[in-house]
Amino acid sequence: MNPYRRSPFVIAAAILVYFFLYAPIVGLILYSFNASRTNVTFEGFIPAFSENVVMDGSLVKSSPCGLFHWYCDLAKNDDVAEAAGNTLTIAITATIISTVIGTMAALALQRYNFKIKPFSQLSLYIPIVIPEIVMGIGILTLFSQFFGCANETFNLAGDARLSLGIATVTMSHIAFMVPFVTLVVQARLQGFDKSYEEAAMDLGANEWTTFRRVTFPMILPGIMSGALLAFTLSLDDFVITFFTNGPGSTTLPIYVYGLLRRIITPQVNALSTVWILVVFLAVLMLQILQNRESKSHS
Amino acid sequence: MTSEFAVELRDVVKRFITPEGNELNAVDHVTMQIKNGEFFSMLGSSGCGKTTSLRMVAGFEWPTEGEVYIEGKAMGHTPPFQRKVNTVFQNYALFQHLTVYQNLAFGLEMEGAKEDEIKKRVGNALEMVQLTGMDRRKPKQLSGGQQQRVALARALIKTPDVLLLDEPLGALDLKLRKEMQLELKALQQQLGITFIYVTHDQEEALTMSDRIAVMSKGRVQQMGTPVEVYERPANKFVADFIGESNFLEGKVKSISKKEASVFIPALNAELAATPISEGIVKGEDVVISVRPEKVRVAEKGAMNQNMFRGKVTNTVYIGADTHVFVELQGAKLKVWEQNRISRLDPKSFYAVGQDVWLMLMPENSLVLKKE
Repeated sequence: MNPYRRSPFVIAAAILVYFFLYAPIVGLILYSFNASRTNVTFEGFIPAFSENVVMDGSLVKSSPCGLFHWYCDLAKNDDVAEAAGNTLTIAITATIISTVIGTMAALALQRYNFKIKPFSQLSLYIPIVIPEIVMGIGILTLFSQFFGCANETFNLAGDARLSLGIATVTMSHIAFMVPFVTLVVQARLQGFDKSYEEAAMDLGANEWTTFRRVTFPMILPGIMSGALLAFTLSLDDFVITFFTNGPGSTTLPIYVYGLLRRIITPQVNALSTVWILVVFLAVLMLQILQNRESKSHS
Repeated sequence: MTSEFAVELRDVVKRFITPEGNELNAVDHVTMQIKNGEFFSMLGSSGCGKTTSLRMVAGFEWPTEGEVYIEGKAMGHTPPFQRKVNTVFQNYALFQHLTVYQNLAFGLEMEGAKEDEIKKRVGNALEMVQLTGMDRRKPKQLSGGQQQRVALARALIKTPDVLLLDEPLGALDLKLRKEMQLELKALQQQLGITFIYVTHDQEEALTMSDRIAVMSKGRVQQMGTPVEVYERPANKFVADFIGESNFLEGKVKSISKKEASVFIPALNAELAATPISEGIVKGEDVVISVRPEKVRVAEKGAMNQNMFRGKVTNTVYIGADTHVFVELQGAKLKVWEQNRISRLDPKSFYAVGQDVWLMLMPENSLVLKKE
């Protein structure tokens, strides 16, 4: 048995780590059931059901949804629905595109030797290590310069004018997601012996059939974990989205930030709770996929 | 079968660039002719070019120079999926995401075979390798020996003209390996397919092969039947690589087609021997190879030609044989004595320090080129 297991220091450290990791999340979820509108202190749960919302000062006494008052409130909020729609549209589109590009890049880096290969490999790390705010400003500068030039040159006016929006956010997300996908897929490819492909060709499969029937299914768990990582990154992203969004392309993080600047009602907490659940489920799936893959490789 | 040879390598060179930027001939002007229905082995230690040669036949690599012929047709840059050869890989390379059935069916689907034909042929193939009933398993659920059989069945189901095997038994334990050796050989004779077998295990090659190409540094050192490469090694490398040998350096005093006399400085004597390597001339520095099991040892003897007196320095009992190490003046020889009679008495074995006589018969003393 491990002699350090019962050391009080180890136990204390573990408790502290878990406390600081999860106490804020637990608090956040708890406050989503807060009776207080101002959400500064916890004033107890909303216990009663009634046809209409009954208020007593800033306290919610009863509501049609009872305990889940703020969730119902949230569901009625069209801005949230729009922001959630934008977030998912951007995340799904960017994930699909960055996964395809990232996987192709990983395959190329694994398989071929070319002159700029060391540079290509290194360039993957730059978007990851560079501060996000720098990248955000960089992308914004690029877009505004380009759009300015284009609008002027082609005399674009009205709706035809190029401006920031869902498309620019999606493109920026793809830009920072590709390296993550590439690195994850690359790590999986390390364990992929090329003799599987040779065996397929030996049995009469041409290059495309070999990829479709052997390579792709075998590296699919790796591609999926890369895609899920990219997806959660896109859902969460604030900084780059902040710089590249425009009217009508507000995402959830941007929307929450906006709410915080005005009034903080437990609606924000309700929204965050739902969001945490979605991300948690995505991470859970990622974990399950990785486990299944490591089992099949052992 | 249009050609006499199933596979032919004509003056094939495969040049690689090493990571340091040097050129390396992994396969260096290799010529081999492999007959139809033959069990042909390429034998050598790692890096001798045997696997690269096999891969060029399979089509995974293309020769830098020279040409590979299959059934008399020059292969050029023909891709693997257009060659009528199939490979059993060292790591089996079974498709992990497919079942045994799907693994076997893969090659037939590529040929466009019909569903019921695939079913029938997979059934037959599983029966041939004694895996009936395993068709729904995934490769990971099989033992190493079973995986090996699936790999074999997957290659053979395509009814190739030539089956290429890249150290297919390397991952199996000794007992299973010996079983599989005999099974593979029986299968090859039953099917009448040409087998090209790559191995670093000399015993494996001797057991199974009709002919063996002994390779080193990208070159074929000798090509011949197992008896030829063991009893008549072409040079010192082959004598050393296949089995064990005692080597005595010397200078040729006289030489004819059948006999040679070689002066051995270490023994300070002339040895009557049999010339083996070609082109040896009088006065040349050569090496004499004597197999340890072919040295006769006796307690009594006389100063005669090819008889030498020595002292036992060590003995090792290994069951079937006793290895006796004898020092003869400046030379040390190993001698394998078969334990023909069951006995326990330590006096019946040679003892360390004992004086013995060794007889090196002229027909067992092979004159080989030095390099």
